[in-house]
Amino acid sequence: MLKFFDKLRSLFNKKEPEKPALDNIVTAPLSDAQLQSIKALSAHRYEPMQLIATSAQSVGRQRELNEDSLFCLSTTIAGNTSNPPFGLYIIADGMGGHQYGEIASNTAIRVIAGYVLKKFHDSLFSLTGTPVEESLQEILQAATSEAQKAVLHEAPGSGTTVTAALIVGQQLTIAHVGDSRAYLIYNDQRMEAITRDHSLVRRLEELGQITAAEAAVHPQRNVLYRALGQGETLESDITTTPFPVGGYLLICTDGLWGVVSDNELRRILNEGPTMQRACQNMIAAANAAGGPDNISAVLVQLLG
Amino acid sequence: METKHIDGSVGIEKRTTTGQLASGTNLGNRYVVQEVIGVGGMGSVYRARDLHFPNVVKLVAVKEMINQAPDPLVRQTIVQNFEREANILATLSHPSIPRIYDYFTLENRSYLVLEFINGKDLETVLAQSEGFLPEEQVLAWGIELCDVIAFLHGHKPDPIIFRDMKPSNVMINQHNHIILVDFGIAKSFQVGQKGTMIGTEGYSPPEQYRGEANTQADIYALGATMHHLLTRRDPRLEAPFSFAERPVRKINPNVSIEIEAVINTALQYNASDRFKRIEDFKSALMSAGKKTGMLQHVAPVAPVIQAGGIKPIWTFQCEDEIRGSSMVYNGAVYTGCYDNNLYALNAATGEFIWKYAAEGGIVSRPAAYEDIVYFGSEDHRVHAVSARSGKVAWMYYTDDRVRSSPRVAEGHLFIGSDDKFLHAINLTTGRRAWTFDTGAEIRGTPFVINDLVFFGNEAGDFFALNFHGQIKWRYKAKRNITSSPWVQDNVAYFNSMDGYMYALDARTGFLLWRFRMDKPSIVSPIVNDGIIFTGSADGYIYAVEAKSAKEIWRYKTEHQVNGSPVIYRDALYCGSVDGNLYCLEYRTGRLRWKFATKGPITAAPLAYDDIIYVGSHDHYIYALLA
Ligand SMILES: Nc1ncnc2c1ncn2[C@@H]1O[C@H](COP(=O)(O)OP(=O)(O)OP(=O)(O)O)[C@@H](O)[C@H]1O
Ligand SMILES: [Mg+2]
Repeated sequence: MLKFFDKLRSLFNKKEPEKPALDNIVTAPLSDAQLQSIKALSAHRYEPMQLIATSAQSVGRQRELNEDSLFCLSTTIAGNTSNPPFGLYIIADGMGGHQYGEIASNTAIRVIAGYVLKKFHDSLFSLTGTPVEESLQEILQAATSEAQKAVLHEAPGSGTTVTAALIVGQQLTIAHVGDSRAYLIYNDQRMEAITRDHSLVRRLEELGQITAAEAAVHPQRNVLYRALGQGETLESDITTTPFPVGGYLLICTDGLWGVVSDNELRRILNEGPTMQRACQNMIAAANAAGGPDNISAVLVQLLG
Repeated sequence: METKHIDGSVGIEKRTTTGQLASGTNLGNRYVVQEVIGVGGMGSVYRARDLHFPNVVKLVAVKEMINQAPDPLVRQTIVQNFEREANILATLSHPSIPRIYDYFTLENRSYLVLEFINGKDLETVLAQSEGFLPEEQVLAWGIELCDVIAFLHGHKPDPIIFRDMKPSNVMINQHNHIILVDFGIAKSFQVGQKGTMIGTEGYSPPEQYRGEANTQADIYALGATMHHLLTRRDPRLEAPFSFAERPVRKINPNVSIEIEAVINTALQYNASDRFKRIEDFKSALMSAGKKTGMLQHVAPVAPVIQAGGIKPIWTFQCEDEIRGSSMVYNGAVYTGCYDNNLYALNAATGEFIWKYAAEGGIVSRPAAYEDIVYFGSEDHRVHAVSARSGKVAWMYYTDDRVRSSPRVAEGHLFIGSDDKFLHAINLTTGRRAWTFDTGAEIRGTPFVINDLVFFGNEAGDFFALNFHGQIKWRYKAKRNITSSPWVQDNVAYFNSMDGYMYALDARTGFLLWRFRMDKPSIVSPIVNDGIIFTGSADGYIYAVEAKSAKEIWRYKTEHQVNGSPVIYRDALYCGSVDGNLYCLEYRTGRLRWKFATKGPITAAPLAYDDIIYVGSHDHYIYALLA
């Protein structure tokens, strides 16, 4: 076996392999930035591959109640048998005039986390390593439906946003409803929102009716058209994307993204000195800008 | 923060902000409240008895509006606005508008006394009905609504914009006629909103959110109301302005194409694309109604170049069915045939170059590398022949039929066999590097990427092997995996006879999602532009978003889809057992053209240099202009 492998290597090194005949397989060339980040990564390797996460929260400067909730869990199992890195990160921004907002967001994060962890219990903790049967997307879908039921029951009339990120290995699966956001910040400094706000102004903006600047001051900028705890059925956005190795995932409520610009967030992250500090500094920046709303953020990195 | 409840269906909780008037309350020494008949944004609507008619029971509706403005000056302005609008309304006389009898203000509440309508509003009608409302009923209401809106728009000196057309503001009286009940008179009582709220207005057009509302806004909102009535889908619970994504007939196929088209026009995103005047909306509804006789269904007209419009550049006849795909290499097209031959033809002209006879049928796609063409055959062998001359370079023996197509990577050929092994063969010597026993036939083409070999077998197992032939991970589907995998961005996609398309993490084998099709599938998915294209025995070609597993479109062919699609430029090409090669716009699934052959097409077409090559069970290879 080993011989075969050596042969492969020698074949590979001898010359550039010829492009195989055309049968409609296309591979995109890597961009310079991607190549850079690959180089940067091979400089330090982390073993085992692992998730690290930190969170920060503040009631803000203008509200008395904190209606945000957040959940963070990172798991590393390495050894003779190992699991891919497993992490679950949830942010929820509750709303509802009658003190129900915080119940809604709290219910949502606990029910979702409980549901997902139950599903993964055997895969993580049984000695035989029983595989999970449902797909990651199916599990998150079911978890948000459970949370929807629980919120309707525990805090009728209220609602909450939810952005939940389930990471298994290098795959990031997100369930999202409302206007909290998940961003990816790549090694090459690109920052990209990977969730879409379920808000009226976002929709108007997408359709070219108003500009981003107009959206930021629109009188109805706080109107959501979808939230957990409202309506009979819940349609959450569920997507799976690769986690950028060496990059970051940032999940936050509008108390952060509505107040501190993307550029500013990136600058704070770069100036560290640690990601834990950076996360706290982001919240501080929102408070310095007036802290009009509750502020929550979770910052995650995948090392490998 | 505050939650705003959408009228009726969504708000779960009872109003707690206001004390409603108890029955028996006497308002202004004249109106005795009987009961609450409606709840709105600014207060309640009551049924009351007017005591000025002591000898008869005269019922009125009393609409209450609570003035919540804290500032006395603002409060006063609100009351003045209310009174001014009430005065305008009082002058309107139309059978679809309730008469205004009186208005007055008591402390912080203002009251409007109006004709009591004995009936139900359309929101209640919807809630109490099961299934879809009859199309002709909605049409009749729609025409009446056009009439009353035309009356308002024709008001002198200034047109009156209704602004708030929606089911809860339309009542149906005892004679099944419509009455507009809510003239937005309460709007001035709305105080500035604070905090995050849930629920948009749903029926209003985009420009209304920029503060512009003209007569075209009412046209849009009437379109939205009819859409809601016909589909039962509440637009307040959907993404705003998303009607185009759920055309009426997609939800309620019983509705005629004509009516759907009229509603689509009313719901155009740009005001200038809608009907110019409400009268135009009405006449479009009338003629749609006349044309359909209201119950008739008209088959869709296909705006398509019909078969016969497409002429092949060349065709080539073999001696038996063509089941496998072609491959182009250095100006020649190579195709295996069930007549045991591998044919080499000039790719541009279809001229015969050579053929090579195996001892069994060829049902797979050949591969080429450094002037050698590789393919498997039902004769149990893998053949390596010179691309130029068709002379054999070497043969490799497996223990059963070879129906899998070879994959060339890293100096080796990876191929499966019905002998249940995956074979790794040295390209130059034709010798075995290793084999891997999977316990069942392997019919798909392995996919090689990132030092891993991915493939499935007929027992429903899916494998990721490293280049040593050692298993990295394995996943079990419910039934056979005949389909070949496609791996991109670290996700492996494949279909199974269990009717699912699977997406697995390529590093760990974790199931990311699965997508249900209506029947088993042996088609290999392909990925382009974040979209996965595939097909199934249910006859559909599917486009599914890779990251969300959401169906973008599906296209129905007339028989099973067993061959994979290919994407070339902005089009998708796919064959069907119905004998046609379909060319669809890949973003929308819209048919561009189809080309009929005389036998089933089960092979994936090949696109190269603006030419589409496809083989059919009718023994022909076709070259068509892309
Ligand atoms: N004249 C009437 N006769 C009988 N029922 C009525 C009458 N007017 C209103 N209603 C009932 O009361 C409900 C609410 O009335 P309306 O739409 O006028 O108030 P609203 O929704 O509070 O107003 P707005 O939409 O301006 O906030 C209606 O949906 C209808 O069921
Ligand atoms: Mg109303």
